[in-house]
Amino acid sequence: MPKDSGIGAASKRREDVRFLTGTGNYTDDINVYGQTYVYFLRSDVAHGRINNIDTSAAAAMEGVVGIFTGADFEGIGGLPCGWQVTDRFGEAMQEPAHPVLAQGKVRHVGDPIAAVVAESLQQARDAAEAIEVDIEELPAVVDMKAALEEGSAKVHDDLTSNLCYDWGFVEDNKAAVDEAIKNAAHVTTLELVNNRLVANPMEPRVAVGEYNRSNDESTLYTTSQNPHVIRLLMGAFVLGIPEHKLRVVAPDVGGGFGTKIFHYAEEAFVTFAARKLNRPVKWTASRSEAFMSDAHGRDHVTKIELALDADNNFTALRTETYANMGAYLSTFAPSVPTWLHGTLMAGNYKTPLIYVNVKAVFTNTVPVDAYRGAGRPEATYQLERVVDKAARELGVDPIALRRQNFISEFPYATPVAVEYDTGDYFATMDKLEEIADLAGFEARRKESEAKGMLRGLGVNCYIEACGIAPSNLVGQLGARAGLYDAATVRVNATGSISVMVGAHSHGQGHETAFPQVVADMLGIDESMIEIVHGDSSKIPFGMGTYGSRSLAVCGSAMVKATEKIIKKAKKIASHLLEASEGDIELKDGQFTVAGTDKSVAWGDVTLAAYVPHNYPLEDIEPGLEETAFYDPSNFTYPSGAYCCEVELDPETGRVTIERFAAADDFGNVVNPMIVEGQVHGGIGQGIGQALLENCVYDSEGQLLSASYMDYAMPRAEDVPFYVVDHSCATPCTHNPLGVKGCGEAGAIGSPPSVVNAVIDAIQSSGKKDVTHIDMPLSPQRVWAAMQG
Amino acid sequence: MAKLSMTVNGRAVSGEATGNRLLVEFLREDLRMTGTHVGCDTSQCGACVVHVNGKAVKSCTMMAAEADGAEITTIEGIAEPDGTLSRVQQAFQDYHGLQCGFCTPGMVMTATKLLEQNPSPTEAEIRHHLEGNICRCTGYHNIVKAIMAASGQDVSKIAAE
Amino acid sequence: MYAFDFEKPTTVADAVAALADDEAQPLSGGQTLIPTLKQRLAMPSKLVSLTGIPEMQGVCKNDAGEVCIGGATPHAVVAAEAAAHYPALAALASNIGDPAVRNRGTIGGSVANNDPAACYPSAVLASGATVVTNNREIAADDYFDGLFMTALEEGEIITEVRFPVPQAANYQKFVQPASRFALVGVFVAKFADGVRVAVTGASNDGVFRWTEAEEALSANFSPDAINGLTVDAGDMIGDLHGTPEYRAHLVGVMTKRAVAAAS
Repeated sequence: MPKDSGIGAASKRREDVRFLTGTGNYTDDINVYGQTYVYFLRSDVAHGRINNIDTSAAAAMEGVVGIFTGADFEGIGGLPCGWQVTDRFGEAMQEPAHPVLAQGKVRHVGDPIAAVVAESLQQARDAAEAIEVDIEELPAVVDMKAALEEGSAKVHDDLTSNLCYDWGFVEDNKAAVDEAIKNAAHVTTLELVNNRLVANPMEPRVAVGEYNRSNDESTLYTTSQNPHVIRLLMGAFVLGIPEHKLRVVAPDVGGGFGTKIFHYAEEAFVTFAARKLNRPVKWTASRSEAFMSDAHGRDHVTKIELALDADNNFTALRTETYANMGAYLSTFAPSVPTWLHGTLMAGNYKTPLIYVNVKAVFTNTVPVDAYRGAGRPEATYQLERVVDKAARELGVDPIALRRQNFISEFPYATPVAVEYDTGDYFATMDKLEEIADLAGFEARRKESEAKGMLRGLGVNCYIEACGIAPSNLVGQLGARAGLYDAATVRVNATGSISVMVGAHSHGQGHETAFPQVVADMLGIDESMIEIVHGDSSKIPFGMGTYGSRSLAVCGSAMVKATEKIIKKAKKIASHLLEASEGDIELKDGQFTVAGTDKSVAWGDVTLAAYVPHNYPLEDIEPGLEETAFYDPSNFTYPSGAYCCEVELDPETGRVTIERFAAADDFGNVVNPMIVEGQVHGGIGQGIGQALLENCVYDSEGQLLSASYMDYAMPRAEDVPFYVVDHSCATPCTHNPLGVKGCGEAGAIGSPPSVVNAVIDAIQSSGKKDVTHIDMPLSPQRVWAAMQG
Repeated sequence: MAKLSMTVNGRAVSGEATGNRLLVEFLREDLRMTGTHVGCDTSQCGACVVHVNGKAVKSCTMMAAEADGAEITTIEGIAEPDGTLSRVQQAFQDYHGLQCGFCTPGMVMTATKLLEQNPSPTEAEIRHHLEGNICRCTGYHNIVKAIMAASGQDVSKIAAE
Repeated sequence: MYAFDFEKPTTVADAVAALADDEAQPLSGGQTLIPTLKQRLAMPSKLVSLTGIPEMQGVCKNDAGEVCIGGATPHAVVAAEAAAHYPALAALASNIGDPAVRNRGTIGGSVANNDPAACYPSAVLASGATVVTNNREIAADDYFDGLFMTALEEGEIITEVRFPVPQAANYQKFVQPASRFALVGVFVAKFADGVRVAVTGASNDGVFRWTEAEEALSANFSPDAINGLTVDAGDMIGDLHGTPEYRAHLVGVMTKRAVAAAS
């Protein structure tokens, strides 16, 4: 029976009421008394030398409060990179400066050249048009392989080349992998592109900076997934404002998907300018501006080779990837193609030898960083595509080939340095075959063919790693931050509870799901518990929400803090009940002396903590508030199997998704309704990547897909209902809730099955030579492939 | 500056607007009704949909001056005065038809009009009707399901395993 | 947007007078113009709204049997009110943009703008419609003049579009996946004296008549009549969403489908 409250219940989301009635509080809804508006003059060329910026005419225009250029940021820190990758040869990556406003050169279309602050946005924009910028255009570096050729123009003059790093993993495996591939009975090779995407949360980024001269405190309201990270990066590395004088608030945030993790120039600018001008400064991105200033995602070009023995066992895997960094290193960019990608290349398979090479490249494009899945979709896509291609080459069933090579014993140490604690890949595949009705496929294919359509079925597996940790390990890998999280459980006198968490909810439903956990532990009603998040002045120092970490990491901190609360409350109860502490049991909000009917209610204990008249003051402090920090000992490893069924119109190349099924293993689940919603959303984005979305630059570095007129966002008509299942649960062994994380799975697990299905459809028409099409599988690409 | 007066959620309001003021700017900035959102600048995302004289329109693609004298309903005017959610709003909560909430006002406004015109739409009709409303969180599954449920249809068998 | 004034006249005469001002620009539904203004790609001194002019609203049938649509009639109204008179036209209107766009966007605005990927120009051209302005009537064949170019003069307003009703007609749109405009749209209209085929979305010269297909279909109104016919890919648009070859191919496919569906 499904529960109706606590862990496992599909509790309706309490935050929905404000969102459904227009009473949410998003950053653009915040207006500060006396606020000014900033308009950023952005580069319209991809690469150029700034010879001169003349702001004199603009400065004299009506309403202008201040104009800033890169010169105003001389001596002020640039935007920091949070991860230093060490290359194959033991050298640190090349790390260019990233000024808040361009200094000397512009390096991508959208690079901010100047910022105009005025009484109105229109005045700011009018004045920005009056700024005279003399830019000497330079050859644009766009293609990654060309960027690494001798004689290529350099994005950064002070670096030796456009190569950020050349990473090998595990470098010691390289010779053995090369040997195994040379001697293999069969090698399947695939070259592919993981298309550049724009995250496109529906709320564009916004930043409001405010300065209070009376106490020298700055406040930044921003659309962030992690306000404390922004406070630390901006305060310590950019502006030199100590934490106690800087407050960062991320109120309701309209989706993030990774792109709101990073510290952006606009945030630093409004905070800086508010201090300089002693006026609040507001910036609201237009969608067009978002396309050229939000960090993009993916953009890998990969060659993958899978070696098999004569019995179709995987014996070795070798990959070579070019990963686009864009013009600057965004906050976590270097980690995405390396530690979030190379470590996942074993997938669900017991391939004994793996070598991953990644060349990260600077180009004159918007910086690329984590987008939903971040490295793991890239790993999954290439692996699950090459496995499918191998099955077709060998004439074996793609599912059978996968099953034959599944990892079956846990814990399992992969040759790419991670240890999977639990999983059952056979179970999720069994479940998938059932919920996707694979048995009925041939009949459905016949129906499609009778209409003149082709039908294809594609399957893939995935493994992912969530809740990146532990901090001491990631520190060795180059992370410049800890990766724990924190929660403070503040029990109020009347028994209600405020839980201050480092995680940030921007669609994930923490305000509903987190109280379910605490309520379950205490046996009280969920409605007595409120989650506080998103304000650095209220919450403990936590790292925010990304990488499907919130429940596994922050939720664990919350459990630890709640355990401390229970321990202390039991002490208080034992005093009130005049019993031994060890005999106190907590159930349904009542503290009972074991084996007796003597009990005291939750509210009586909490009141005693704050009105300690009858209280063991000599033994324990008054009050009932506890904080815990939690640093996981390992990643969590959600896994699953996905199936997509497509119909393809051979006359036009148009693909429609007819059925989609997902069987996931997320370990334990707190709120199944929310978990399923996360999977739905991930699948929607994965289908978007597979069929629709593509961020394209021309050879001059102009962004061609610069708005929704050319960047194809998935619409309701582009997707079907999804069949999702998370009943095959192998709980995580190392966190207290046994949870794994579900936020990114859908986006990681879905693109390969879509592409596999399209290839299956095309090959069913006899065109066996069509073995791959790069995403997005737009009608014209599919049609063109079928003409070949 | 031209004087404008209109009825918003049953309340007479007036103000001044320059010729280039958009209706959504007038609602959000002058009336401080921030429930209506702006998610794009090419009239595609639909986060800004409101009802003008009974029709769903994109308030980011209508000049405020065009709405002079109009009857306007925004997301703030959809629930009952006592706070009871409309059936569309309630279904969105019941069926988890929203996550971050940013597209939600436009979705609710569009869906409300759809059900007025077509009291029992099919899945395909709903999906087609949402052409101009982009959601990045839900993959649309629960939005479509919620709208079907709001129309009184049995949704218990949808994508049942 | 740049600063501009706004005026909303209630008669065509007042609108024409208002448009006589320097850099004044007509505003119909605004579904294309307003996004253009947001990008600061236009700098009018004044917008003259055409949405408050009763004589430019509505759908009716005249004595000649033509369906007459007021220039400021929104797509949604055409979709509803033209359905009985000219189903293919109503179907086209019911599929432009999205519901909210259809409640604002107007036929006059679309035809005046002549976006190469807009739907209406194909219906106007294939139907041999008459574009009626405040001072003249322009035959469709004389009206369209390349991308975003028309026979309209400065300050001239489309007050009405009159469509002869064909015996059979159909519009097939293959959408560009991002904008949902037509990547290729084909309107086929069969009249007693022959078939007209107009193609939108595809050509570097904007909407055009595919005369080869017209001749073949006039002789034999069946999808097979298109077999072997192709438009010259050299004239087609090439962009992110479709190569010239792909568009040329789709013109054939969509034409066949329109013929098959025409009723």
